[in-house]
This record gives sequence, structure tokens and C-alpha cells, in this order.
Amino acid sequence: MANKNTRKITPTQKEYQDLAKRIEPKRPVFKNCLRAFLVGGSICLFGQVLQEMFMHYFHFDQSKAGNPTVACLIFISVVLTSFGVYDKFAQWAGAGSAVPVTGFANSMASAAIEYRSEGLVLGTGSNMFKLAGSVIVFGTFSAFVVGLIYLIFGIDAG
Amino acid sequence: MIVGTATVVGPEEGNGPLANDFDIIHGDKMLGQKSWEKAEHMLLEEAVKLALENAGITKEQVNYYVGGDLLNQITSSSLTARTLSVPYIGVFGACSTSMESLALAAFLVNAGGAKHVLSATSSHNSTAEKQFRYPTEYGSQKPPTAQYTVTGAGAAVVASSGNGPVITSATIGRVVDMGITDPFNMGAAMAPAAVDTIQAHLRDLNRQPSDYDMIVTGDLATVGYQIALELFRKHNVPIEDTHYDDCGLMVYDLKKQPVQAGGSGCACSATVTYGHLLKRMARGELNRLLVVATGALLSPLTYQQGESIPCIAHAVCIENGGTGA
Repeated sequence: MANKNTRKITPTQKEYQDLAKRIEPKRPVFKNCLRAFLVGGSICLFGQVLQEMFMHYFHFDQSKAGNPTVACLIFISVVLTSFGVYDKFAQWAGAGSAVPVTGFANSMASAAIEYRSEGLVLGTGSNMFKLAGSVIVFGTFSAFVVGLIYLIFGIDAG
Repeated sequence: MIVGTATVVGPEEGNGPLANDFDIIHGDKMLGQKSWEKAEHMLLEEAVKLALENAGITKEQVNYYVGGDLLNQITSSSLTARTLSVPYIGVFGACSTSMESLALAAFLVNAGGAKHVLSATSSHNSTAEKQFRYPTEYGSQKPPTAQYTVTGAGAAVVASSGNGPVITSATIGRVVDMGITDPFNMGAAMAPAAVDTIQAHLRDLNRQPSDYDMIVTGDLATVGYQIALELFRKHNVPIEDTHYDDCGLMVYDLKKQPVQAGGSGCACSATVTYGHLLKRMARGELNRLLVVATGALLSPLTYQQGESIPCIAHAVCIENGGTGA
């Protein structure tokens, strides 16, 4: 019964955990938030610039310009991951580099590179979604739930 | 009696303050191999070969090879044993494997069961990350309590006679679990085990910390080291009478290198002990040294299932001896 809720902590363990908590350095939450805000925002701004560019020079319309923009961001993220830069950047940027589409691309590319040594099928193929898999599973599921709600309440999603 | 040692490390350790004490420093984490695992295997083989050379013996003279590493089923060690083709005892004590294997080697020799026993261990930053955490290139932010696994291997040859420092005693630790569940804070998880083993060692031998020129723990790093100091104070162990340090703090320059709280891994205590500390003993700067390697006996499976981290520490006392048995 090692579950977090049911595990009994002895007084000694409790005392020690309080001691450990007092000594361990705290995550710099405010600094992390600020960096995440700046980096995440910059990535989005860069995406917006790309999108405007596609609309202006290549005459995509607003909704279609999103596709090449995302493709560009993914490509840049994968290249940076392959050169071993993205993880160092992410250590500094925190959630700012994890949330946008670049973080998703990084999670797939990093897993793909890592497991290449175990072969194309059993390595890269089956491990590529190791981290990204749960995003897809729960993303699809929540889309399904939202769709059901729309259907039940008769909201016209347009 | 430790008659020959060797240490092989990777690039980050080569940039650290102890660079001059390592035998071989690789600039490439892959060592020109096809995978991280193969690279770790190479590190270990090089360390083993060099240790035998330094001890002046051939592998045919090795009665036992005792060793382990961090990978699943301790494959780096087993593959090295395949190359050596000598009788092999695989052990696992997570990062404490370095001193666990050295203590076992010393017991084997002391009991008259062997003339030469090889004790070796390795760890590799990327294989450890891959197995215990995330893919190496994945951009996740590590908290300041996280530790950086040392890329390297350390080997020592324990012999019944010869020249070199002597292993005079060893204390095998018991598992201590204080209910810490955060794998990014192993120092805090392991500190009580280290303190427990040091106390047991001092009690068994009826000694005080001041009887040692130096006491080092394996890989508690910044957080664990602070906690250990606090625990010593609480248990009235006069640790300030000796020089107490931690291999995880010694191997890197914490201010300049991106290693968060400090180093960890089997190779952390192994390379610092066999490389740096034994060289200091040879220079006569230290005469009696206590190395307490700490290990967090977790697996990715156990902590995902909510199990806390059981920890262990093994202490080996090494003294300057001279010749004789």
C-alpha cells in the first residue's frame, strides 16, 4: 500500500521531511513565470510575424496561413532539438518553451533521436510518442467531450 | 590493498576542477560509438584495462571481477565481464555500487578467497537520463535540487599484497527510507542513509570523526550535504572535527557548470575516490579516508507507482599502509 494517500508516515519520517523541505532550494517560481511569459510570448510573436509574412508575400488567406506557419515553427524546433540546443534553451525558458507547438515537436523529435539506437521500428517508431502520446490521447478525448456537450446543448459551433 | 586504479571520464567532468586527476578524459560523450549505452560500456572497459595495467597484472590473474552500474540488468558491467572473461559477480547498489563492490572485493581478498579482485563501476549522463528521466534532448526544466549524473568509470584492483593504500574496514549500510518521493531531489532522499552508515561505522569501530583526515559522501550534492550536516548536528556527531565533503560537490564547479545541485551516479564517487582522493593519499595529504557512497534504489516504475525512494550507503575506510598484507 504505497499509495500517496494511504501511506503511513512515521513521526521520524515526518520530522525529516520537514527538515528536508526547509533546506532544499525553492524553485524560483516568479522568475520562471516571467521567463515563460517572455519566451512563450516571443515564440508566438515570431509565429505571428511568420503568418503575416505568408499572407503578405505568398497570398495565403488568414485561415490557411496558419498551416505553413506551424510547419515552420515545428521545423525550427526539430532542427534546434537535433543540434542539442533546444533542451539547454528550455532549461532557461521553462514552460515558455514547452507550451507552444515547438515544445510538442521537441518532445517527439527528442524521443525519436534517443531511441534510434534501438532500431527504426521498435526504437524510433514505438517510442516517438512516449511523451507526446498522452497529449494526443487526452487532447482527442477532451475534444470528444466538448463535442458531446455542444451536441447535447445544441450549441452551433459554426 | 589497492594496487592499481584508473578513471575515465566524459567532457563535463573534464571541464571540472578535478580534471588533472583523471587518467583519460573523453571530449565526446558518445566516444565514437553508436549509442550512449555502448559509450558507457567503452568507458568501463577502458577503466578496467588501465587499472589492470596500473596494477601490473594481466586479466588472467584476476580471480574475481565485482562490479555494477545504473543501467537495467547492469548491462555495462556484464558486457565488460564478457570481454574480460574472468569470474564475475554483478552487484547493484545504484550510485553506492562503487563502494559496495570495493567493500566486497576487500572482503573476498581478506577472507583468503582471492589474490586479485577487480572492482569497477560506471555511469553515463545520457544513459541515466534516458532510463530514469526524459530523452536527453527533451526540453524539460530541471529544478535546482536535481543532480547531474557523472559520465565516467572508475576501477580499482584489490590485491592481498603489494604497494598501495589499504582497505582497513568497511561498513555495509542498511536501507533507509524517509518517505521522499521526488526523484529530482535524490540528495535529500539519500542523506539519512549516509548519516546512518557513518554513525554505524563510528559506533562499530569505536571511533570519532576526528580519527579521519577526511570523510566524503558519494553524491549528496548541495541539498543532501546541507541536510547531512544538519543531521550530524542533531545526532551529536562532531563532524566538524574532520574534513567532511561530498564527491557530488567536488567533481564539478557548481557555479560555472550546468549541473544544478551537483554530481551523482556510480562514477561520481568512483572517479573522485580513485582519481582525486587516492592521489591525495599517495601525496601524503590524507592518511585515513572514509568514503561513504550513497545510492537511491529507485526505478522509474516504483516512483510512478507512488513508492518512496529507498536509499543505502556503504562506507569503506582506506588508509595509507605501505607494503605487506
